Amino acid sequence: MATVTFDGATRIYPGTERPAVDKLNLHIEDGEFLVLVGPSGCGKSTSLRMLAGLEDVNEGRILIGDRDVTDVQPKDRDIAMVFQNYALYPHMSVADNMGFALKIAGTPKAEIRQRVEEAAKILDLSEYLDRKPKALSGGQRQRVAMGRAIVRQPQVFLMDEPLSNLDAKLRVQTRTQIAGLQRRLGVTTVYVTHDQTEALTMGDRIAVLKDGLLQQVGTPRDMYDTPANVFVAGFIGSPAMNIGTFPVADGAANFGKAHVNLPRDVIANIRPEDQGQITLGFRPESLDIVSAGTQDSFPVVVEIVEELGSDAFVYGSLTQDMAGTRLSSGAGEAQIIVRVDPRRVPAKGETIWVRVREGEQHQFHAASGERFDI
Amino acid sequence: MSLNLQITAAQPEPALLDLPWHVPLEEWPEPILAALPRGISRHIVRFVKLGGKVIAVKEIGETVAYREYELLRALNRLGVPSVTPLAVIDGRRDEHGERLETVLVTQHLQYSMPYRVLFSRVLRGDTVQRLIDALAVLLVRLHVVGFYWGDVSLSNTLFRRDAETFAAYLVDAETGELHPRLTAGQRAYDLEVARVNIIGELMDLVAGELIDTEVDTVAVGASLVERYTELWDALHDEESFGTAERWRVAERVRRLNELGFDVGELAITTDVDGTTVHIQPKVVEAGHHSRRLLRLTGLDVQENQARRLLNDLDQYRAATDRQGEDEEFVAHDWLTEVFEPAVRAIPRELRRRLEPAQIYHELLDHRWLVSSAQKRDVPMEEAVQSYVRDVLTHRPDERALLTPPTEEIPEVE
Repeated sequence: MATVTFDGATRIYPGTERPAVDKLNLHIEDGEFLVLVGPSGCGKSTSLRMLAGLEDVNEGRILIGDRDVTDVQPKDRDIAMVFQNYALYPHMSVADNMGFALKIAGTPKAEIRQRVEEAAKILDLSEYLDRKPKALSGGQRQRVAMGRAIVRQPQVFLMDEPLSNLDAKLRVQTRTQIAGLQRRLGVTTVYVTHDQTEALTMGDRIAVLKDGLLQQVGTPRDMYDTPANVFVAGFIGSPAMNIGTFPVADGAANFGKAHVNLPRDVIANIRPEDQGQITLGFRPESLDIVSAGTQDSFPVVVEIVEELGSDAFVYGSLTQDMAGTRLSSGAGEAQIIVRVDPRRVPAKGETIWVRVREGEQHQFHAASGERFDI
Repeated sequence: MSLNLQITAAQPEPALLDLPWHVPLEEWPEPILAALPRGISRHIVRFVKLGGKVIAVKEIGETVAYREYELLRALNRLGVPSVTPLAVIDGRRDEHGERLETVLVTQHLQYSMPYRVLFSRVLRGDTVQRLIDALAVLLVRLHVVGFYWGDVSLSNTLFRRDAETFAAYLVDAETGELHPRLTAGQRAYDLEVARVNIIGELMDLVAGELIDTEVDTVAVGASLVERYTELWDALHDEESFGTAERWRVAERVRRLNELGFDVGELAITTDVDGTTVHIQPKVVEAGHHSRRLLRLTGLDVQENQARRLLNDLDQYRAATDRQGEDEEFVAHDWLTEVFEPAVRAIPRELRRRLEPAQIYHELLDHRWLVSSAQKRDVPMEEAVQSYVRDVLTHRPDERALLTPPTEEIPEVE
């Protein structure tokens, strides 16, 4: 087991100018489950492949433990790419299916058996070791494939969108299994996904990338509660955060008749390039439904109601008299999402009045998109 | 039946619509299936008779299906031996409206065999090595065009006879990626995956007693790495020599041709003092012999078959004393006077058992055998008759090999 360090690691593809990964600095602790997440083309897979040795590192270094592996061959890095191949061999026992790579490497028989048995215990496969894969269920077969990687006892597990090939139900199941297994094994794991829900539910920490640049790294709670910039704010969380840019006057951000009071420190830190504007974000659960005309509330026309049983969400738009206010969410431009009581959902077409709950807004510089450092 | 079935295909194939897409692949009715041998796959794959041909249908995730379809199309365009994708069929639902997995449809490669079929027959020892050689050539060709496979294995490859050797075709591109150029790490990783997978697959055959239990599986895996490295280096190594030895430029090109590659671009540099020349092939393209044969005769065959046919053409040219003539004219006459009559002399019902070029290759071998046995120059017409009687009649039809597992299959070769 080991730590993993990206030290200013940069990858520039031949014939391109903008780096696919730009001076990535990231330290992953021993035994940690780190998720690299971001939209397509953000550099997450490239980062993982740099660690695997599949992509060249044009600048900077990559370390596994204290060892600089920047120029080490993939097979000599002591890492395992999990789930790349889980075709099982029909004539070989489950134990042999798990241990054959060790046999190739010349590991003594007794040691292979011992490592296979240990892995099987963790994977709940002990009683199947001497059977053929034919006798196993789909889920068990997948665990045998996982076992192949485990018995090698690599320093680091790498997983590149391992669930993308599974249907929705199996994906959720396998997600829980992988996360649970990783915790039991305690092997440092780097996991790539484009799905922020997967990232939030699996990772000890999450690193969000965009355009080859690391945006923020932190625990799922950090990312949700204190996103470092507008991009992370909009990317993490489902349904997404509502985000808009508004003029600041009289100690508040103003939109329509609504005011959101801003802390004094925020007002004091507005920069000249922000041009008197502030970007505010508020999550769907930070909006309260209030009676029409309540101070600082604004109207929302209900377009869709999404009922999830324990929760319900209104997807709506601002009314005409709010024209000119730019507000958007992950649901799309000019849309606003409000969490409502699932027992009292408004009807489609109805207008509801909502107010941002005191102090629950996120504040970002209008020019740079950075979070106010207060 | 689903209403919003979505078919993506380069060439519309109306017969595809008649297949029972509302049924999970695993439950497809026996009558529409072609009894082809299946490799090991982590997906459900079925071979289906469709019109005059056989297609392979694979259930696979939606995004992966489209990706693999596009990748296979790209590989086809680049001329790398790989299966031809036909369609992606999406939006499948069963009769209760439940979503069914997206499928990727590829054309079954005629005259191809999975390695398990080749091994399940009694094989001569060197067959394993010939399959490994074929896979090494395929891997080099893929890497030359910038394709990283990610999951190289015998299971993901199909083999076709190619004169006395085999030609390997890529069948599964699911984990593949196409890059402008591969990094050393990508090539090394592919090679390591190939080595481990091949050894695993052979260990499995040993466990199932399908091959000799004495086979040194680890050594066979290592030989892939060796063959690959030899070929890659021959194609890419820089060579230096004195200015007086400029003939070595032509010699290098000839050597690459001999290996079956054409040189698209050769970097030639000299030292400042002008005494040493460095050459390094920058762009190489496989298929030297098959391209030459295609240009001369219009015959589209595999590399080693082409090599054999070109040799025969050269002999014809020498025998008819036409070295001074345009090669195209001689080739045309060889085609109409020698090649076509020989292949046509094979009874129609036996002709499709092997590819025509493979039949011709075997005919040449056979004629040589009977000629040396009888110590005379046996004419082609006579050789054809004894080849049909003594060899071809006893061979299975390999166009779309039907092998019920219990059937006794005669020895290959």
